[in-house]
Parts: sequence; structure tokens; C-alpha cells
Amino acid sequence: MALSREQMAQRVARELQDGFYVNLGIGIPTLVANYIPEGMEVMLQSENGLLGMGPYPTNEELDADMINAGKETVTAIKGASIFSSAESFAMIRGGHVDLTVLGAFEVDVSGNIASWMIPGKLVKGMGGAMDLVAGANNIVVTMTHASKHGESKLLTQCSLPLTGAGCIKKVLTDLAYVEIAEGSFWLKERAPGVSVDEIVAKTEGEIVVPDVVPEMEF
Amino acid sequence: MAGFDKVVKSYAEALAGLTDDMTIIAGGFGLCGIPEGIIAEIKSMGVKGLTFVSNNCGVDDFGLGLLLEDRQIKKMISSYVGENALFEQQFLSGELEVELTPQGTLAEKMRAGGAGIPAFYTATGYGTPVGEGKEVREFDGRPYILEESITGDFAIVKGWKADRYGNVIYRHTAQNFNPMAATAGKITIVEVEEIVEPGELDPAHIHTPGIYVNRLIQGSFEKRIEKRTVRSA
Repeated sequence: MALSREQMAQRVARELQDGFYVNLGIGIPTLVANYIPEGMEVMLQSENGLLGMGPYPTNEELDADMINAGKETVTAIKGASIFSSAESFAMIRGGHVDLTVLGAFEVDVSGNIASWMIPGKLVKGMGGAMDLVAGANNIVVTMTHASKHGESKLLTQCSLPLTGAGCIKKVLTDLAYVEIAEGSFWLKERAPGVSVDEIVAKTEGEIVVPDVVPEMEF
Repeated sequence: MAGFDKVVKSYAEALAGLTDDMTIIAGGFGLCGIPEGIIAEIKSMGVKGLTFVSNNCGVDDFGLGLLLEDRQIKKMISSYVGENALFEQQFLSGELEVELTPQGTLAEKMRAGGAGIPAFYTATGYGTPVGEGKEVREFDGRPYILEESITGDFAIVKGWKADRYGNVIYRHTAQNFNPMAATAGKITIVEVEEIVEPGELDPAHIHTPGIYVNRLIQGSFEKRIEKRTVRSA
């Protein structure tokens, strides 16, 4: 079975460590916040200028001056800090954020990522994604392994305009956890009940398969 | 006006000198921390051919989106321009030019512009459409692109409190691009919720020192929420 969105978030959460500053993108990455292990302290960075993002406010707490990078109203946790956009991207670009999780349309064996622009369709903009992928040392990309039409999103070479070049090393799809090194994908884990053959068939770029590929446990 | 007193009496006075085809740097992230009264005055002035440097372009009937109604904006330099049907329409018809710029690069272009640094190298955008045609230089084996800074004829800024000398404090995440925008205008106008006397704000807690501010006005704000997300208590 392919992983659900929740299971993908749960798997990504295993990359968290105590004391990590983490930037979560929109969509599945946002759900990772629901699976921070008990007793572990993690601070969420929102690139509009908030370190220590809390949950959505109650009606009483609602404040138009308190939003996240997705423009949703949020709260700040105790010990949070708030700063300008320049400061926010200084910490992102400067490599101070410990883990960045974001979605993508495609990744390739060179660690390139395409996530913001589909030629012929209206382009809304890259927001902070290009800064995030250029600045982070530790990025996990979350996406489906193949499109609805069965076309692989793990490619020899991205076909869409890039968000960043040579910056992705970890990819979690609904079928597998894959790392990128030395110009190949490396199959590390598979979703429960998903065969290695299916993963290989749905991976267009070269993929190295070890003798044993452990199943993820949930 | 006397000495360091930056307070102006009207929006007309605040925007005196703004004419067609000028470049305006605007603070704000989405609809959060935008100078609502200044935008309304620009609309009523009817100036056209404006270039706006702003992370977003508001929504159809609020924020900078209001200036699309009478086609006052010629060009937007932004990182994200979704959520706006009128914008889409004018962009697709070719009336509106858009220069998409990564968010961090945009913030740094304003910051550097205001700090007298004409350009800077960043890894952001290398190998992407953003890097096309830009100078590339390697530092420690990693390629970076040269990005030019931005300054504007005017900067429009939304603050929370300011003293009459133009020392500004922002509130929560309404800070966003405002401090950088404040440094990057030849004439910087700040609209705040409250103006206090010099000495009432802690000097160590000032976000934007008054040296950057030319004109200060007290506004009243709707503070529209773009995405109202709440949890049950």
C-alpha cells in the first residue's frame, strides 16, 4: 500500500532531532508538526519572520498581525522570536535551519528539484522555495512517486524549470524513502507491502537497490 | 514641521511628489502589515505606470490589488502573486509586467539597496530560470549569482508605533518586509497605528531608526485576514 499523507508526515518526523530548527512547507510537510515525538523540542521556522510557530489560534487569540508563510493565522510558542524577512532569510540562506521539508513536482539523480513552475500554466511565483533549497544542508522532499498518469517524478533529469540545482539528498515518496548520491537514487526503505519491482518500475532515473530493502513500520 | 518631527497632517502631504512611472518599495506579506491608508491615497491620486517592489500584490479588492482596478501598476517585482484574479487577467493580457524574485533575494535586494550595497552574490536561483543571464562566480567551489539591489523613489511602510521623530516599532509578523522597505526609499513614508512623543519608546527596541523615515502619518487599519485559521479552544 502506498503511504497516506499522514504516514508520509509520520515518516518524515523520524528525521527530527531534539533541538532542531525546522522549516515546513505547505501541504504534507505541514502535517509533520503533528508527529513531533513526545518529549522532543523542535522549533518551527516560518519564513515570513517567525521562529517558534505555534498552533492555530483560538477565536479569542486570533490576531491579523500573526500569520505564517502560508498567510494563515497562527500563534507563537513561549520562547519564540519574530523578525524581518531579511533576518529570516539570513538564517535560511546561512544554513542555520536544521531541517527543511518541502514538496516538489520532480527531482533527479543530480539532486535537482523542480517545484514552482509548469510552462504553459500560470506561474504564481517561487515564494521562498529557492532560498530554502539553496540554503539548507538537510532537506527532505515529499511527493508522490509518480503522477496520476503513472509518469515517474524521480528522473534522470528534471523536465521542468528548476527551483534549485544539486541540493536534494533525501526524498520521501508515497512508495519509498530514497537518497540521492553519486548521480543515482539509492533505495533505502519501501512503504509496507510495496514491492521493490514496483518502485524500480516507477523510477525513471537510475536507482541502486540493495539486497534487502526494509519496509517502513507504522 | 520642525527639526526631527516627521509627522505630516494628511495623506496628500505624505505622498507629495509621487508622479507617474515611479518605483515604490512596499512593506507587507500578503495582507499582513500593509500601509492601507497610503495605498488608498495612491489609488485616489490616480498616478499610473508605477513599478511596485512588494512580496505580493494583495487580493482583488484589498491591498495593492486595489491599484490594479484602474491599471495604475505597470510592473510588479514580487516572489508570489497568487490569489488575485485581476492580476492574472492583466498579466495574461500583457498589460502588467511581472519580475518573479525569490523571497529571500527580494528581502536582501531591499536591505542591500538601503545599505548602499549595489549588488550581492547568492546561491539562491543558481541553475534556475532566475539565474539566467546573471553573472556567476564561484566561492569555495560553489556557484553564486550576482543579484542587483533595489531602491525606490518612494517606500511605503506600515508600523505599529512610532515616535514623532520616526523611530518605528512593528507588531508581530506584521514586521516582515517593512524594515527593509523603510531603508530603500528616497522618500520613506510610514503609516502607524499610534504616534507617541520622543522618549516614550525604548531606544533599544526600535526596529527602524528615524533616520530612514521622511514622513510619518497615523492611520486607521482594517487589518483584513487573508486566511482565517482557528482551532477550537
